[in-house]
Amino acid sequence: MTDDPHGETHLDGNAAAGTLAELFTFDVTVAVGRCAGCGRVSTVADTRSYLDGPGMVVRCTGCDSVLLRVVSSPERTWLDLRGLAYLEVDHVTEG
Amino acid sequence: MGLISRGFTGRRREGAEDLPPGQYLTHDFPVLAAGPTQRVPTDDWKFTITTETGARHEWDWAAFTALPRDEVTVDLHCVTRWSKLHTDWEGVSLDTLLADVETSAHYALVESYGGYTTNLPLEDLTDGQAWVAFRYDGEDLDPEHGGPARLLVPHLYLWKSAKWVRGITLSDHDEPGFWESVGYHNYGDPWREQRYWE
Ligand SMILES: [Zn+2]
Repeated sequence: MTDDPHGETHLDGNAAAGTLAELFTFDVTVAVGRCAGCGRVSTVADTRSYLDGPGMVVRCTGCDSVLLRVVSSPERTWLDLRGLAYLEVDHVTEG
Repeated sequence: MGLISRGFTGRRREGAEDLPPGQYLTHDFPVLAAGPTQRVPTDDWKFTITTETGARHEWDWAAFTALPRDEVTVDLHCVTRWSKLHTDWEGVSLDTLLADVETSAHYALVESYGGYTTNLPLEDLTDGQAWVAFRYDGEDLDPEHGGPARLLVPHLYLWKSAKWVRGITLSDHDEPGFWESVGYHNYGDPWREQRYWE
């Protein structure tokens, strides 16, 4: 834990890693996201993706804003999600 | 044994000696898209240079195409590894467009119709290194390739040569563009193979 100047405590990002790892194993096709541009809520299936550029770009069907960008080098991948106001992912139910 | 390497036969693949590291030669002109093709009628087209003080210099299509134009033959190097050599363009040099622009800014953010951006040092746009090109191979530039006009900065990877260019904002601060903000190299020199963030 780290004390910050406001007397609050927070954990470093490793504490979030478990949660994030869990999130990013989801079946993205059933996730729902909100466009930070126009507010449209849609599934991945209901977006427009451009795969033949220098990276992958997923755009909003409503306003063409960029929802997310993915660039991969041989060593690593970058993910930019600033075009998404949120991403909603259902918990996996067993059975 | 028995294999003679190409390097010793005196015969090389066409153009291979002219290619930056990691590139292969192509003869067609691949279209790379990060979004929908913009179709900007020349009646609506404007090109604007905005300086760090907010001063604006604007050209409509008639004013832009009345400027002195250069015919240039340049090599294109795309970060997706294809290179195309000896391509013929017509365009207006950035030296011409910047001639009456007073600035002491060091950085340029290039903006396109459709929202694409790319950044580069202003010094890479001057001294005969960059054009706003509007004809390719003797024809008006197709929208698929960035027409009516695109930036042409052939000494950097092709993502810097923004299609459907609409303006350039000059600034004292470097602001990463569309690809530069998500993994692609801030400068993008193909000869130094500056593809990704280091
Ligand atoms: Zn939207």
